[in-house]
This record gives sequence, structure tokens and C-alpha cells, in this order.
Amino acid sequence: MTSQRCLANLAIAFALVVAGCQSGTVVLLPEQDGKETAVVVKQRDGEVTLREPYAASKLSNTGPQAYKSSAEEVQALFGPALAARPERPVEFTLYFVEGKDELTDESKKIVNDVYAEIARRPAPDVLVIGHTDAVGSHQINDPLSLQRAELVRAGLIQNKIAPENIVAIGRGKRELFVPTDDGVAHPRNRRVVIFVR
Amino acid sequence: MTCLAEIRRCLAMIALLAMSCSIASAADIGQIKTAKGEVSLERKGQSMPARVGMRLETADVLKTGPDGSVGITMADNSLLSAGANSILSLDRFDYDPTTNQGRFDTQLQKGTLSVISGRMAKQSPDAMTVRTPSAILGVRGTEFVLSAND
Repeated sequence: MTSQRCLANLAIAFALVVAGCQSGTVVLLPEQDGKETAVVVKQRDGEVTLREPYAASKLSNTGPQAYKSSAEEVQALFGPALAARPERPVEFTLYFVEGKDELTDESKKIVNDVYAEIARRPAPDVLVIGHTDAVGSHQINDPLSLQRAELVRAGLIQNKIAPENIVAIGRGKRELFVPTDDGVAHPRNRRVVIFVR
Repeated sequence: MTCLAEIRRCLAMIALLAMSCSIASAADIGQIKTAKGEVSLERKGQSMPARVGMRLETADVLKTGPDGSVGITMADNSLLSAGANSILSLDRFDYDPTTNQGRFDTQLQKGTLSVISGRMAKQSPDAMTVRTPSAILGVRGTEFVLSAND
């Protein structure tokens, strides 16, 4: 009887230890661009939504427990992971002369900055995203935006950037720089955005 | 007028062809940008030392040793980095760059992880999840850190 109870207690203690092992911490960090964001933490027994900078949750066998963390705690717990962060992608925007495959003079100067950024990075890769204005359907604008991106990609390849490190995509009219009604022409929307990363 | 339409159609065809090329070269879902100390990449049961510049594929697992750390940039601009003694698996990465729609699921089996979400999470709030052995995190376009103890 006593030994049975002892065994049962041991089993409970063991289960608690095992469950206790499944622990951790989640901390929301301040956003660089200041936009509203959140992380929803779900565990078997509950849910916590982190919304403010340094809003945090412990993960334990009793479910998520919200608390307020700090820059100091984050550095102490996550310093090495944060130090290993890749550099953020840097964004460049090139505009085209209306109705042509030719960059505006202003944009030609930016191209030099693009090369400088690529040269600076240890393992660079480049994402080239073409955009159109809101004139025409997706069927027309998707290929047109890709064509603009491919043109910029070809230019980068000509200047000795390895082709396997450049991906060109087209977003059509889905991401207008200047919001307009559908069907409206706008030069600032006919552009190619380059992410060097 | 018909000529113009014809040219447009032609350009569309060329662009479509180019698109299939771009997608083929983008079969990799990300790239290792930083690596320090002992870091290995497991792919299809094989383990190899992880080096800066290596391309990543779905189902890859990154492991860091006691002195190791690794940072990766995904195709949608998500940035992930793990500290020492960590195991990070890239379970799913389906990304349509034209619409920014898709799905990105990772798991931190143990260790520490920093996340800056990318274009997919920005587009739709349910596109990205990070799991630990005991929790699921839904990412609403943001920066955060997490740990999973073993």
C-alpha cells in the first residue's frame, strides 16, 4: 500500500518534471518602423497575445503566463541569437521614363548605390520586384511588372552580379506606391524595387 | 491596334517564360547569412557543416553547438537567427512572390531564436507560425525572440 502510494507520487513527480521541461520564453520586441504588431502565444491550456514592446510570456506546463520583460532581460537571454541576426534588407526604388524601358536620370544614380550595397555584404542576394500603375487587368500588369524586373536583373547580371543571386518577380498593380483608383496612370507606381540582402 | 495587342501578348509570353526561370532558380527558400562556431545543416538525413552563403530548402534543420550561432534570410525577407545549442527546423515555406500569399512554419525544438517576420506575415496574419515543443506562436508581422528549454 505504502509502496504503491510512493510509486504513484513518484510518477506524478516525474510527470511534473517532464512537463516542466517543456518551458521557454517569448518576448515581443520594439518594431523598427513603429507599426502595430502582435504575437499570439497558444498553449494547450490557454492563449496570450503580446502587443506592446517587451510584452512577454513564460511557457510552462500551466500554460502561457504573461509578464513584462525588458531590454536588459532580452539581452541576457537572447544576446547571441540577436548578434547572429542577418543584416536587414536594404530597399532601393528605380523609376522608368514614361512608356520606355529606360531609367530616369535620378534612378541611374541610385543604381551605383545598389552596387555599393551588394559589394559591402558578405553573401549578398538580390530580390528585384517590378510594379505597374493601376491601368489594366492583372493579366496585363503581372507580366509587365515582371518584364520590368527582368530588365533590371539583366542589367545587374551585365555588371557581374551572379545570376543565381538575383531573383526577379512581378507584383503587377497589387502594391501601388501612390494609392490611386483602379485604371489611373501614375509614374511613381511604374517602378522596380530592389532589396539587397 | 491589333498589332499593339499582338505585341503585348508576345511580351506577356516572354515574361511568363522568364517567370518560370526565376521560380526555378528560387527553389531555394533562403540563405545562410551569418554563421559562428559549430553550426550544421541537416538535409534528407545528411548532416553537413553550415557555411555563410549556403542555400536553404524546405525541411532543412539547422543545429548550433555550445559556441554556435546562425542567421538566415528567407525569400520573403524574413530574418531568423538562432543562438547556441539550438535546433531550428524549416518545416514549410510556400511563397507566392506575386501575391505575397503563402505559409511559413518553423519549429524551434530547443535553444533561442530571434525572428523578424517578412512579406508573407505582413500580407496575411495567419501566414507564419513558430512552434516550440509546447507552444504555437501566431505571428502578426513583427519582431520577437523566443526560447525553448529542454
